[in-house]
Amino acid sequence: MTVLVSYVPTPVGDAAFDAGLDEAARRGENVVVVNSPHGGATVDADLVDEAHAQRLSERAEQRGVTVEWRRDAHGDDVVDVVQRVADDVDASLVVIGLRRRSPVGKLLLGSVAQRILLHVDRPVLAVKAPA
Amino acid sequence: MDYSSVIQGFSVVLQPENLLYCFIGVLVGMLVGVLPGLGPAATVAILLPITLNVEPVTAIIMLAGIFYGAQYGGTITSVLLRLPGEASSVVTVFDGYAMARDGRAGSALGIAAIGSFVGGTVSIVALTFFAPFVARFALDFGPPEYAVLALLGILLVASVGSGSRLKALVAAGLGLLLATVGRDGFTGAERFTFDSLALTDGIDFVPIAMGLFGLGEILYNLEDRSGRATAPPKMVRALPSKDEVKQSSGAIGRGSVIGFLLGILPGGGAVLSSMAAYAYEKKRSKHPERFGQGAIEGVAAPETANNAAATSSFIPLLTLGIPANATIAVIFGALLIQGVTPGPQLITEHPDLFWGVVNSMYVGNILLLIMSIPLIGIFVRILRVRGTILAPITVLITLIGAYTVANSVFDIMLVCVFGALGYLMKKFGFEPGPLVLAFVLGSLLESALRRSLILFDGDPSGFVTRPISGVLVLALVIVVAAPALRALMTRRQNRAKNEELV
Repeated sequence: MTVLVSYVPTPVGDAAFDAGLDEAARRGENVVVVNSPHGGATVDADLVDEAHAQRLSERAEQRGVTVEWRRDAHGDDVVDVVQRVADDVDASLVVIGLRRRSPVGKLLLGSVAQRILLHVDRPVLAVKAPA
Repeated sequence: MDYSSVIQGFSVVLQPENLLYCFIGVLVGMLVGVLPGLGPAATVAILLPITLNVEPVTAIIMLAGIFYGAQYGGTITSVLLRLPGEASSVVTVFDGYAMARDGRAGSALGIAAIGSFVGGTVSIVALTFFAPFVARFALDFGPPEYAVLALLGILLVASVGSGSRLKALVAAGLGLLLATVGRDGFTGAERFTFDSLALTDGIDFVPIAMGLFGLGEILYNLEDRSGRATAPPKMVRALPSKDEVKQSSGAIGRGSVIGFLLGILPGGGAVLSSMAAYAYEKKRSKHPERFGQGAIEGVAAPETANNAAATSSFIPLLTLGIPANATIAVIFGALLIQGVTPGPQLITEHPDLFWGVVNSMYVGNILLLIMSIPLIGIFVRILRVRGTILAPITVLITLIGAYTVANSVFDIMLVCVFGALGYLMKKFGFEPGPLVLAFVLGSLLESALRRSLILFDGDPSGFVTRPISGVLVLALVIVVAAPALRALMTRRQNRAKNEELV
């Protein structure tokens, strides 16, 4: 069993990562981080570079948690990748970051967080960015 | 030499409208240089219809800007992402990316911008003095000279270009065949029209270029070969140090010369010259092992050479009316649409166009030098646009553009047919460049050949006895025989070696 963290390099993503570490340490499990680029583009701002990933892995190491990085590219929907990886590693918990999105923004853009909360068939821990 | 027309050219360039189009040209050029897949030939082809409603000089200023601007843009992705945005920046990847990994990306991009500026400017100055000389010389050319020159151009493009020589020849042959479609200009007979009224006037250049370069390349890029995405690179704004500039000044100088000379050759152009400049620099260096490990000369030389070549490849177009590479062939088509036939008379009949275009390159190079470094962040951001969004928009623009040229739906069909052909050609390793070039030169070749045969009363020995065409025929024989001879020599050498071994 592992804790799955859906990560993007933003404050919300960092909050989710830290919460995921806490939870993994408490459960004595390891962490799998999903950082999925959008297929087809040459550069993806949500993708983490090697140095950054290394830093995060070391931070986890100090807490006695090992981190595995998964960078499967996604097509239309990142939720599919989260579900697939969660099945793959048999995740006991999925950790995601939440941010405010106005009702109009939600109508137009949808909400990945909401769909993960509703559709991924695992317990989900939603974390907010520190104010 | 008459300098007043040179000055006159500057007054053409400095008109606000022309300045604006020059700016748009270099900006779009840099943009497509950054985007892998969409090359300058495709962009010029797609934008052809836009140039219909503006003055010829303005149109060519913009299209030329796209061509040399793309050489600047290709560097950015080569250095930061190890992804050459442009074929002419492939060799920059080796040392440019190594420098970026050492945290010297700013130096690499800075030296590339400086080198590009120097190379471009050296080439324009040489063009300014050299082109009128060539044009005056070319005034003595008659139909026989043009016939041989066109044939030489097609053969050189087929043999010098990258990739398989046989496949390039096949593509060129197809281009020549397509050029014969339509009514024969001498006898009025209809050829390959299949009783179609739309084909009677022959196939227009625009749908061929837009289909093969534009649509074909877009389709080819939709196949996801790019692999995985990369994280956005760290931005560095450090300029090259004084030492680095000093270290690369020699490479920049040599790159300018190599680029200028190779750019003039048909089939040479930016790609070949950047490779040649890199190879020469490596051979010449006392420490060739530094190349590939972040040697600044390895960035300076090819980037200088590709800009110098992009500029100097306008010489054969503007003075002889012979396009030297694929992008220039499309610009040639743009001139024809505007009712201007490039050739030796251009400089005397349309001095404002000739000098306007040449002098716009000075302005364009300065614009590029100013814009290249500050805009890098924005260009990298553009790479985040996915192909699935970019491709449909470009296809739509292409097809609307193809329609507006002659308000003909038949042209749209032609673009689709040639788009499919271009896609299949790329898929099976045929470059569309030789086809388009042969198509452009084909009508020139045919009319010149038949005119000279009328001139000679049907006796082909006239081609050899006229001095200029005689020399050109000799060059033609060398181009044809050289690869065969070289193959024969290596075989003999191998045999000699084998005998020694036994």
